[in-house]
Amino acid sequence: MKIEFTVNGASVSVDVDSSTRLLDLLRVDLALTGTKNGCSEGECGACSVLLDGRSVCSCLVPAFQVAGSEIVTVEGLAGEVLHPIQDAFLKHGAAQCGICTPGLLITAAELSAQEVPPKETEIRELMAGNLCRCTGYQKIIDAVVEVVCVSS
Amino acid sequence: MRLWRWSVLAVEPQLQSAKSLDEALKLLSENTDLQPLAGGTDLMVQGFGLNVLDIHKLDELRGIDVTEAGELKIGSLTTFREIVDSELVEAWSPCLVEVGRSIGARTIQNRATIGGNIGNASPAGDSLPLLMALDARLVVSSSIRGEREVPFEYLFAEYRTLNVMPDELIVAVVIPELTVFDHTHYRKVGARTAQAISKVSFSGRVRIEDEVVTEARIAFGAVGPVPIRCVAVEAALVGNPVDPQVSRLLLDEITPIDDIRSTAAYRKRASVNVLRSWLEYLAK
Repeated sequence: MKIEFTVNGASVSVDVDSSTRLLDLLRVDLALTGTKNGCSEGECGACSVLLDGRSVCSCLVPAFQVAGSEIVTVEGLAGEVLHPIQDAFLKHGAAQCGICTPGLLITAAELSAQEVPPKETEIRELMAGNLCRCTGYQKIIDAVVEVVCVSS
Repeated sequence: MRLWRWSVLAVEPQLQSAKSLDEALKLLSENTDLQPLAGGTDLMVQGFGLNVLDIHKLDELRGIDVTEAGELKIGSLTTFREIVDSELVEAWSPCLVEVGRSIGARTIQNRATIGGNIGNASPAGDSLPLLMALDARLVVSSSIRGEREVPFEYLFAEYRTLNVMPDELIVAVVIPELTVFDHTHYRKVGARTAQAISKVSFSGRVRIEDEVVTEARIAFGAVGPVPIRCVAVEAALVGNPVDPQVSRLLLDEITPIDDIRSTAAYRKRASVNVLRSWLEYLAK
């Protein structure tokens, strides 16, 4: 079936099957390979994207359900300049192998847009769905805290 | 460019999308094999059936309100994120907010619905013991017979099967108001807090008036084929001051198994311990 939605600000119209995952629609059909495929069952967070402003595991979203929605992937975070969370990741060295990074940036971007900014302990809980196998969590949390807590 | 594409299915499911509750109920009455799909956080992992009814657009099933009868009503498509963020739920049952926070992580809570958690009918479904302990009722609707309510106490028929007819759709959950004498508790035992399926989940509610228990609800998940109320423990609690020793009676009521997440022996011990530690807290 044909669906229309917005990805990183651009309207797209694509054909999807009823069992197509949003993750495959993004990576295969739209060549947005920044979003990573990790566990395929919603446990690792590598495939996180923003769906109407909220972070979701794109491996668990049936593609047809995003018709009419707005999707932001890691490719869409930066405008003319990097998103503040991307700057903070660079500054704190918050990436090692990098496969969890797109998902972490997306989840952190959702937190940075929250009206009431979460505290550090809450950030740790809210980002618990994004696993880093290199276990570089402290630098990641430092980067997110700097953007979410300090700048607000 | 063609990259690897995931699929657990040999055959593409037939998909129907309902635009209204009436339409969804009509479709369900015409084809009882239809599998309702909401946020997809369970079904996208388990795989679909051959006939899927997409209900995620039914906004009439979304939202949290207090009814005229003074009960909390949560629409079945309400996400756990909405439950966690709701001041109304926080005031009504802080334990329900805790349950919401313990389900997956934020990325799951943004999609997973309370109706889906119930309809999936997993013995480890995180919200189920609490809804039992709170004497909640499930509201289901059929195009032929209209709405009816099923108390959670009687909801679970057998492993992953609800006492809900194939033409019925889960539309809401109703939760009565707690009294000032009620104490509630929720405790999940898992490998880690986020993203782990429970080894044991426990919810309790006791009403204590003049230091005597006048009503008790002790409910466990992941320790049997369905979430259960432990009626022997409840009966032993009622009429007496809180006695942590009754937690041992639990061993006659739960029937946990060995599986990839835990062992029967660990689950038995952990169940007794989480119950006893709460009762000890209440007895102080």
